[in-house]
Amino acid sequence: MSTENTIEHKIDKADLDGKQEYTITVYAENRIGLLNRIAIIFSKRKINIESLNSSASEIEGIHRFNIVIHEGYEVVRKLARQIEKQIEVLKVYFNTNEEIIWQELALYKVSTDEIAEKVTVERLLRQYGASAVVIRKDYTVFAVTGHREETDALVKALEPYELIEFVRSARVAIIKDSAGFHEKLKEFEAFEPGEELVENEFLEKGGKIFTM
Amino acid sequence: METAQDTIQQNEAKAETSKTLFKGTGSQVLLNGLIEEGVTTIFGYPGGAIMPIYDALYDYADKLEHILVRHEQGGIHAAQGFARASGEVGVVFATSGPGATNLVTGLADAQIDSTPLVCITGQVFAHLLGTDAFQETDVINITTPVTKWNYQVTDAKEIQEVLAKAFYIAKSGRPGPVLIDITKNAQLQLEEFPEYVKCNHIRSYRPKPKVRVEYIEQAAELINSAKKPFILFGQGVILGKAEEEFKAFINKSGIPAAWTIMGEGAIPTSHPLNVGMLGMHGNYGPNVLTNEADVIIAIGMRFDDRVTGRLDKYAKQAKVVHLDIDPAEIDKNVKAEVGVWGDCKETLPLLTNLVNENKHEDWLAKFRQYNQEEIDQVITPELYPTGDEMTMGEVLRNINEICGGDAIIVTDVGQHQMVACRYAKFNNTRSNITSGGLGTMGFGLPAAIGAKYGAPDKTVIAIIGDGGFQMTPQELGTIMQFGAAVKILILNNRFLGMVRQWQQLFHDKRYSFVNITSPDFVALAKSYYIEASKVDERANLRQALETMINHEGSYLLEVMVGRENNVFPMVPQGMSVSEIRLK
Repeated sequence: MSTENTIEHKIDKADLDGKQEYTITVYAENRIGLLNRIAIIFSKRKINIESLNSSASEIEGIHRFNIVIHEGYEVVRKLARQIEKQIEVLKVYFNTNEEIIWQELALYKVSTDEIAEKVTVERLLRQYGASAVVIRKDYTVFAVTGHREETDALVKALEPYELIEFVRSARVAIIKDSAGFHEKLKEFEAFEPGEELVENEFLEKGGKIFTM
Repeated sequence: METAQDTIQQNEAKAETSKTLFKGTGSQVLLNGLIEEGVTTIFGYPGGAIMPIYDALYDYADKLEHILVRHEQGGIHAAQGFARASGEVGVVFATSGPGATNLVTGLADAQIDSTPLVCITGQVFAHLLGTDAFQETDVINITTPVTKWNYQVTDAKEIQEVLAKAFYIAKSGRPGPVLIDITKNAQLQLEEFPEYVKCNHIRSYRPKPKVRVEYIEQAAELINSAKKPFILFGQGVILGKAEEEFKAFINKSGIPAAWTIMGEGAIPTSHPLNVGMLGMHGNYGPNVLTNEADVIIAIGMRFDDRVTGRLDKYAKQAKVVHLDIDPAEIDKNVKAEVGVWGDCKETLPLLTNLVNENKHEDWLAKFRQYNQEEIDQVITPELYPTGDEMTMGEVLRNINEICGGDAIIVTDVGQHQMVACRYAKFNNTRSNITSGGLGTMGFGLPAAIGAKYGAPDKTVIAIIGDGGFQMTPQELGTIMQFGAAVKILILNNRFLGMVRQWQQLFHDKRYSFVNITSPDFVALAKSYYIEASKVDERANLRQALETMINHEGSYLLEVMVGRENNVFPMVPQGMSVSEIRLK
C-alpha cells in the first residue's frame, strides 16, 4: 500500500464538525497564475487564509504551498479535492497540528540603545531562542523561529522597549509521516496510473469516513 | 571513424527533419494546429488584437469554416451547442478586452455544464501588458474561476504545445472550457515550427484513474442486496459516451432510472426503465421515491440543489453508490456509501458483470402508480388542455408527434425549458441541449445555431421564451448570413414566466418587473430575411408547427400561450423532494 494512508489526516477524532487549524500542503507545478487559481478556491467560499507560503519542494521544479486555515474537517476535505482538481496541482494533503512539524520565522527591530540599557541581550537570546541578525549603532534585529505563541511572546517582551518593526513569515510545515514526493512523482510521470498511486485515498477508508 | 557514407546518411536525416519544420507565423501555426486537432468549424468575431489570426484565416477558408457571430456571447454559446450536439470540442475566437469579457457568461456556463471548449482570445502586444493599453484586460485572471485551464501565450514557440494541451484538457476527464490568450506579437512572430504533436499526458493531471475493482465489488454487493434500488443519471453518461454501457446496466439490473436535465436523452424517453425527470420540476414518482429507495446509484451526476431540494431531508434512508469521473464530486453534496471514481464507460460494464439480473416489478409498479397520478392531475391537462389558452405542453406534444423524437431540442431558460425537458420525446442521445447549471437566458438561439453545425443532418428546434429571446436576438443575423436551418419557436406568455410563477406562489402575487413586452417577432425575423409566422389560436397550431419544421431553411414561429400558466409539479425551494406539489 502506498505511504499515503499514513499521512492522510486521521479522522477518528472528535473534530469532525469542530473548527481547528489545518495545514494544507500542495505540491504543484511552478506556474504563473496557479496561486490565484488556488486562492480563489478559498475566496469563492468566503474562507480566510490564515497563512500562505509558497516555496520550493524536495523536488526541483515542483512547488510546495503551505496554506493554513481554521475550518472543520468536512470543509477542508472538500477544499483539498477542489485544489487537487486544478490541472497543475499534483497532490494535496491536509493535516492537523499534531500531524506536522511547523515553524514560523519572526524578525524584530529594536533600538540598540534601549536594548543595551534596559534589558540584557543575553537574556533575550536565551529565553526566547532569539538570535541577533544585525547589530548596529541605532538598531538591532532579532530573529526567532518557532510556533505562533513563541514569536508572539517575544513581541510582548519587547513591547516596553520600543519595538520599531515586527514581521512574521507564513507557516512552513513538514508532515511527520510523509516519505516525501520523490516516489509519488514517478507515478505521476507514468502514462498509466499504477497500483500504488492511490489518488482517491479518501475512498480507501470506506466505512470510517462514510458512516459519519 | 566516420565514413563518407555515414556523413551522407546524417545529412539526409537532417534534410528529413527540416522537412517537418514549418516556417510561418504564430497565427499560421495556430490554425495548422486546429486542423490537426480535427477542427472544422470556428465561431468568432474579429478585432484589433486578434487581427493577425484573422489575416491568416483568410487563407484557410477551404479547411476551416468560420461563422461570424453577432456578439462574442453568441459565439461561445454556439460553440457550446456545437460541442453538445457533436461530442467534439467547440472552438471560439474573440479579440482582447470587450471581446474576451463577452465570453465570460459562456465560459461559466460551459464550466458548470462540463462542455469541452477551446477559446482563443487575442491580447495586446506583450510589451504593453500591464500598461492599460487599448482593449487590454486581464483576461486570464477574469476567466480563471470559469475555466478548467487557461494560459497566456507571449511567444509563438509556445503555441503548439499549449494548443495541444488545451484540447487534451478540454475533452479528457471531466470536460470543460479552456482559454488561450495570445499576445499580438506572438501571433505575428515568424518562426520555424516542428511538427504538431497531440498531447496525451500531463504529469500533474490525471483525467481518469485506474478503476479499482474493490469499489465495483462493494457497489455490486449493495445493489444486489437492494429491494428498492434507484438510478439517478446525469450528463456523465453522455460525456463518457457510455449510453450503450448504461443501457446494458439498467437492462440487466432492471433498476428504474431517472435523469437530471443534463442527462436527458442518454436513454430514449420510451425506454421502459426510464421513469422520468428529477428535481424541482421533475416527475412526481422519481422525486417522492428518492426518499423511499434503499440504494441510490448516482451515475455522472452531481446532486445539484435543483435536484436534491432540501439536502438534510434528501434520501436519508438510502445508501448511495456514486459513480463519477471527478473525485471532487463524490461526497461533495451527498455522502456516498461507495464512491466509484472512474470513467463510466469503464466502470459500468464492470458493474453490469457483477449485478444480478432482476426485474423489481413491485418497485417499478410504485413508479407507475405515481406516474398515473401525475398524468391525471398534471400531464393530461397540460398536453390536452380544454381551456381557450394554449399551453406550452401542447406545443411540445405536437412537436413530438411531428418529429417522432428525432429532433434536437435546444432550449433557453425558464418555464418553457422545464416544459420542454418534461415533455419532449427523445430517441437519441445528444438531443437535449439546454443551459442546466448556470441557467443562462439567451443561451437558446446561439446554441441552436451551433448545434445545427454540430449535427447538420438533424432537425434543430430552438424553444425560447419571449424574455430569453430578447437577450440574444442579434444572432438572427448569423442565421441570415450563414443560413443555419434552425427552427426557432418562441413560446410567448408576455411575462418572465418562471419569475412570475415564483412571485405568484411565494411573493403574494407581487409581480415585480416580470411584465415584459416584445417587439413584433415575425417582423423582426423577416427583417433578417427569415421566414416567420405567429399563432394565437389552437386551430392553427399544428399546421403552423408543420410548416416550420418542414420549411427548408430557418424559420421563426411565435406561439402565444396562456399568460399565467405554471409549471408543475414543483418542489418549492427549501422543501424536501418528497414534499413535491402537484399544483
